[in-house]
Amino acid sequence: MEIFKSSKIYDFMGKSKIFIAISVLFILTSFALLFTKGLHYGIDFAGGTLVQVRYDHKAPIKEIRESIKKDKMFKNASITEFGSPNEIVIRFSTSSSSVGVDVGDKVRGLLKSTGQFEVRRVDMVGPKVGNELREKGLMAMVLSIIAILIYVAFRFEWRFGLASILALIHDVSISLGFVSLVGIDVNLDILAAILTIMGYSLNDTIIVFDRIREGIKETKVMNLFEIINDSVTKTLSRTTLTSLTTFFVVLTLYLFGGEIIRGFSFTLLVGIIVGTYSSIFIASPFLKWLGFDVAKFKQKELEKEKREREKEKMRQMYEGGVV
Amino acid sequence: MGKMLNYRLVIFALAFIFGLVFSIPSFLQLDKGAKISLGLDLQGGLHMLLGVKTEEALKSKLKSIASSIKYFTDDEEILIDDLRVKSNQVEFTLLDEDERPKIEKMLKEIKGIELKQDGSKYVLTLTPKEKESVKEYAIKQAVDTIRNRLDQFGLAEPNVAKQGKDKILVELPGIKTPEQEQRARELIAKAAHLQLMAIDEKHADQVYKMNEAEAEEYGDLILPDAKSEKVKHLVHEVPILDGSMLTDARVAFDQSNQPVINFSLNSAGARIFGDFTGKNVGNHLAIVLDNKVYSAPVIRERIGGGSGQISGGFSVEEAHDVAIALRSGALLAPVVMLEKRSVGPSLGADSIKASFMALVLGFLLVVVFMVVYYGMAGLIADIALVANLFLIIAVMALFGATLTLPGMAGIVLTVGMAVDANVIINERIRELFHQGATVSKAIDKGYDNAMSAILDANITTLIAAVILYAYGTGPIKGFAITMSIGILASMLTAILGTHGIYEYLLPKIERSKKLGFWFGIKREAK
Repeated sequence: MEIFKSSKIYDFMGKSKIFIAISVLFILTSFALLFTKGLHYGIDFAGGTLVQVRYDHKAPIKEIRESIKKDKMFKNASITEFGSPNEIVIRFSTSSSSVGVDVGDKVRGLLKSTGQFEVRRVDMVGPKVGNELREKGLMAMVLSIIAILIYVAFRFEWRFGLASILALIHDVSISLGFVSLVGIDVNLDILAAILTIMGYSLNDTIIVFDRIREGIKETKVMNLFEIINDSVTKTLSRTTLTSLTTFFVVLTLYLFGGEIIRGFSFTLLVGIIVGTYSSIFIASPFLKWLGFDVAKFKQKELEKEKREREKEKMRQMYEGGVV
Repeated sequence: MGKMLNYRLVIFALAFIFGLVFSIPSFLQLDKGAKISLGLDLQGGLHMLLGVKTEEALKSKLKSIASSIKYFTDDEEILIDDLRVKSNQVEFTLLDEDERPKIEKMLKEIKGIELKQDGSKYVLTLTPKEKESVKEYAIKQAVDTIRNRLDQFGLAEPNVAKQGKDKILVELPGIKTPEQEQRARELIAKAAHLQLMAIDEKHADQVYKMNEAEAEEYGDLILPDAKSEKVKHLVHEVPILDGSMLTDARVAFDQSNQPVINFSLNSAGARIFGDFTGKNVGNHLAIVLDNKVYSAPVIRERIGGGSGQISGGFSVEEAHDVAIALRSGALLAPVVMLEKRSVGPSLGADSIKASFMALVLGFLLVVVFMVVYYGMAGLIADIALVANLFLIIAVMALFGATLTLPGMAGIVLTVGMAVDANVIINERIRELFHQGATVSKAIDKGYDNAMSAILDANITTLIAAVILYAYGTGPIKGFAITMSIGILASMLTAILGTHGIYEYLLPKIERSKKLGFWFGIKREAK
């Protein structure tokens, strides 16, 4: 089976303005969302307590709310259904530092009159730990961006590195915009999802860039537009296919992986779509904007090859006992 | 034809067998052999991150210095007054000037203190170095004590470890119900600080009229009774001795069949206890546990032998836990909860079921998709994918890694991404066929052309995974580990392994020339 015809070259660059406009629209909307609605930090980063309770009948949310709010401590508790009507999650911003008796025990006591239930999960994160986790998470993101930038600059050229980072920021911003829009609790798992999107988005972009690098070396055409169109077309089949397999796998995770993993898999789904889009339509135009010069790059690559050939020659001569 | 048994195929076959053999114990949950253990989020259990209040350890260090000064001066009959433990110092006044050399000799023997003297008033503070070592010791002691207590509590595989500079990680996989969890937490939290204290007989009758500041004036403390908060006792602030001299504590039953705890003291403790009771016949002795007075009997005679009893309103369970806590020693500093995650066993089982289902479905989807799109080439990629999955499980089992829910997600994701290398390679091979290459050239050159892209892509993902591992906590680490192992294993299976299979099959492919069957394209090979 073949989806894309190998003979036809698609003109991506000719329409790049349209795609850039779409992206700018999405990014601006995302930023607007992030600044107005913001991210809803879960207990991992904000601190607080989460209690997951399953009833053996439909959860009486109204009664639960009434009994919980008897205690002043839980005045701002939120109670939401979780996955099925029998299951609820109670969240509140307080946490206790006592090891012996904690808020989870207290909630259990307050719920006693609401029916037969089972406490399935109690997560409590103190404010200090929450701050620490947030700092570490941000650190991980910044560090991996820097490390990848250095690697790509070393393997390609700094413009490729910068262009791939720009595409990555594009993907992460839009994904975060969706996280904000849907109101997902941002916990450690969402951080992991974002970092995975970063890895995935780079993966995709680099494979396209690799083809562009190869294209520059092999053709006599000096027009960057043509080279990009040719390279993106040649990788189109791969990009689509890998994205599809990954997308399907994450989709099964989203549909069948259970409620706990839903936020994570949703974020990944968005990330995969955006990442695929950006590596096809957005990453390459960045190269042009950054003032990439085909002739110069070609010369550099040729010199590199020449040096390597000379080295190889020297080695052969040395091994042959000539020197 | 000598290529049929090529080195690539041999390495791949070995890797496949290795993966198969070492993943069997994990798949079948055999008792023998290394296998993956399930994380707390999958098997249920309690995870806690505790902080240690090290300032409290400094305070009790000062108190014990004060106790030894009191014992020394009582013993040598040196008259001192106003022996106090203030926020960060011990102070007292020497009444008998003639005893100055004796007391100063004794003070010099106490290590790690700075001594200031103003006339007959002495002030002792801890040196900064001593403070650090007391704090450090308090954390180490807390780890040991908590581990000891949990071992005696009888739960399976408790894990207690120091984390970072001043935190303690406690993991209890065996916890099944919230009630059990609460009991375990209470056991950990118990300071188990036993003190034998003298009641201030002179002012005891005024205790209900006094506030704490007034009590401090007399060098006293007001402590509540264990049975009722309303009953108060006035005791001398400096204890006679404390639980550090305890050697054993056991649950017993008294005449009315109430649980009590019998404790015994070491020889030094027994001597101090004997001396004190001998001198204070007729006075009251308060038995204080965690700042509550359990009983305050009258001393009828000198008590030698160094044993005593704590009685008063325990349930059998409580007495059992208190005895464990006393035996394993007091916590020098109280611990506080920083983070707690507890998962019920039923939720863990649900998570396993759900993520396993997603894994199987996702896997099948990818396998079918590859065969439909690439024909035999897809099937070859699928063989590599199966090998990859076995390898991930085997390597994790050998490293004793824990499989968490995010780790499961990592494996699922790896399945999606591991075929990427084969997609890239197959696309390159097809391209070469379209350009009219021969079968052997298309395969060899296809691998060559694809290599730089695959390597660069995998290395960048690996960089992200390594950083995620370094900066991630707990479950996130699990995600990063499975991703990294998956990427590395895919290099072996998807690149080397499939290449080996092609080399083995090359004569057959060349003979049949049906590229539609082998590579899923409509074209005849040359």
